[in-house]
Amino acid sequence: MLELVQHLVNGLSIGSIYALIALGYTMVFGILQLINFAHGDVYMLGAFIGLYTARFFGFGQASSIGALLVTLIASMIGCACAGFLIERFAYRPLRKSPRINVLITAVGVSLFLEFSGQLLFGSDPKFFPQLFQPSVDWSIGELKINPIQIFVFIISLILMGVLQTIIFHTRLGRAMRAVSFNHDLASLMGIPTDRVISYTFMLGSALAGAAGVLVGLTYPKIDPLMGTMPGLKAFVAAVLGGIGNITGAVVGAIFLGLAEEFLVGYWASTYRDALAFAILILILLFKPTGLFGTRRTEKV
Amino acid sequence: MNSLPVENRRHGVKTLLGWMGALTLVWVFHFFVANEIDPYYFAIIIYAGVNIILAVSLNLVNGFTGQFSMGHAGFMSVGGYVAAYLTTTCETTHPHWINDPYYSFFLLFGALITGGIVASGVGYLVGLPSLRLKGDYLAIVTLGFGEIIRVIVLNLDVVGGARGLPNIPPLTHFGWVYSFVVLTIFTIWRLVRSAHGRAFLSVREDEIAAEAMGVNTTKAKVRAFVIGAFFAGIAGGLFAHYLRYLNPQTFDFNRSFEIIIMVVLGGMGSITGSVVAAVFLTVIREALRPLQELTKIDFRMVIYSLMLIILMLTRPNGLLGTREYTDFLPKWLSRKGRAREPSV
Repeated sequence: MLELVQHLVNGLSIGSIYALIALGYTMVFGILQLINFAHGDVYMLGAFIGLYTARFFGFGQASSIGALLVTLIASMIGCACAGFLIERFAYRPLRKSPRINVLITAVGVSLFLEFSGQLLFGSDPKFFPQLFQPSVDWSIGELKINPIQIFVFIISLILMGVLQTIIFHTRLGRAMRAVSFNHDLASLMGIPTDRVISYTFMLGSALAGAAGVLVGLTYPKIDPLMGTMPGLKAFVAAVLGGIGNITGAVVGAIFLGLAEEFLVGYWASTYRDALAFAILILILLFKPTGLFGTRRTEKV
Repeated sequence: MNSLPVENRRHGVKTLLGWMGALTLVWVFHFFVANEIDPYYFAIIIYAGVNIILAVSLNLVNGFTGQFSMGHAGFMSVGGYVAAYLTTTCETTHPHWINDPYYSFFLLFGALITGGIVASGVGYLVGLPSLRLKGDYLAIVTLGFGEIIRVIVLNLDVVGGARGLPNIPPLTHFGWVYSFVVLTIFTIWRLVRSAHGRAFLSVREDEIAAEAMGVNTTKAKVRAFVIGAFFAGIAGGLFAHYLRYLNPQTFDFNRSFEIIIMVVLGGMGSITGSVVAAVFLTVIREALRPLQELTKIDFRMVIYSLMLIILMLTRPNGLLGTREYTDFLPKWLSRKGRAREPSV
């Protein structure tokens, strides 16, 4: 029982990080029908921006909530800029190209970020400063919970709440929903679609940046290739929940986080990375629209 | 789209003769020239050959059939591991077979073909469900399958798991590699000019229209996939018996990506392009090595990825598009030119 709850907490914490990344995937897919392969690497970038911000301000020694918030915000802003640049220079010129070309570009951008990250930051893992160091573990009876995990979960929830508000209760959100519903019609209605797409990328990238800092708190070892696997897993989570669907992405990510944690805890830890892909294949075979997705029929 | 020349039977015989000539040339080169070459350059030539097989076979799937597969290294690893497992087992049970030229000839041939068949079997298992998917999804699923294959190999103790499979007998030589290069190019060249090949092309051009014309698109895609996987498996076997050591890490996503960039750079749908790009990228990789040793930084992947992005922005069809070398021959030499002359 104790072990079960422990795995549950771990699963929720890693699941909420997947959720933050998955939201970016699902938003971009919803609006452009593009799998933004580079998204996982924006998350890596977020972790590194966080690291260098913390070093710049000398947050390594003094741990406090304030330091964490400053780092989080800096990394979100940095990633938003990165997202904007990626969209502006790699994807926008290809708006009218066949999808396969955009896909190849996305793969190229992803690898470019990874390997130029290796050039810039060095390929050896870096230690992420412990910005927020609670003095004791919380314990409920026998159960010990690392407050950081709860904290990560709460921050993720807050960010998702903010996103939900933006999408459903602001003009920008309405414009985004309109563009994802019908690109051409939206532009006929006077919506500056290119700008809305830029904002979408920036929002998604900011969330990925936040995820990068949060993962640095929980697993404080970061390297330039850290984004590949979580990126792909977050994509699986987005597909699992129904790609293009915000709630679905969160549910799918939490599910994936828990499933992984239980697989590692109770069965075979070496198959961890294969699980996500197995889930992806099963979901695409049996329910390609995902749990919450709606079917799009293809028109000639 | 380029219309491919419709060839009559006489041309078929002539083509066959041409290919036999190429094969003879390979073996002449093998017996008279290959031993004279500096081992370092020789290794580059061998890797170029393996890469040609990989690029041309992936082009069948990605270029000619228009299905973006990102798991080619997975099939390569299956073929490589199966072939290497067979020959290493044989080495322990019948050590004298390896040194005997006749036995080792058939041993390697059998091992390569078995590796290819197992790889294509895996390709069938992968392709049958996932080829119902389109574009981006297919790309991710094949990438996922590549990773799953890697994780499974990592957990297989029979082939060494994470430690890798050492001491593979060094059976691959120039003749083997380039015979299979000729065989791969010949098969795929002829295939895309046959009725089955036209079905592949029609799937690429417009899937719905192809279906309306009576092409079973799923079957066509699976066929392309299986054939591509077969040759990838052969390439894996050749690679294994040259390098003499296999490690699951060798066949990760970056390996698949290298093959993809060869196909994209050369032009999706151009065999000539794939061959040129495979040779070019193999050579450039070695050419960059001194720079890498000087700066201690691996520029290769940065350059590859930048090349891919710039290529997509400026020349999305690759260097050659769908053109072949025959399109560059002077009129009097090419069949197309002659075919246009009025017949008497």
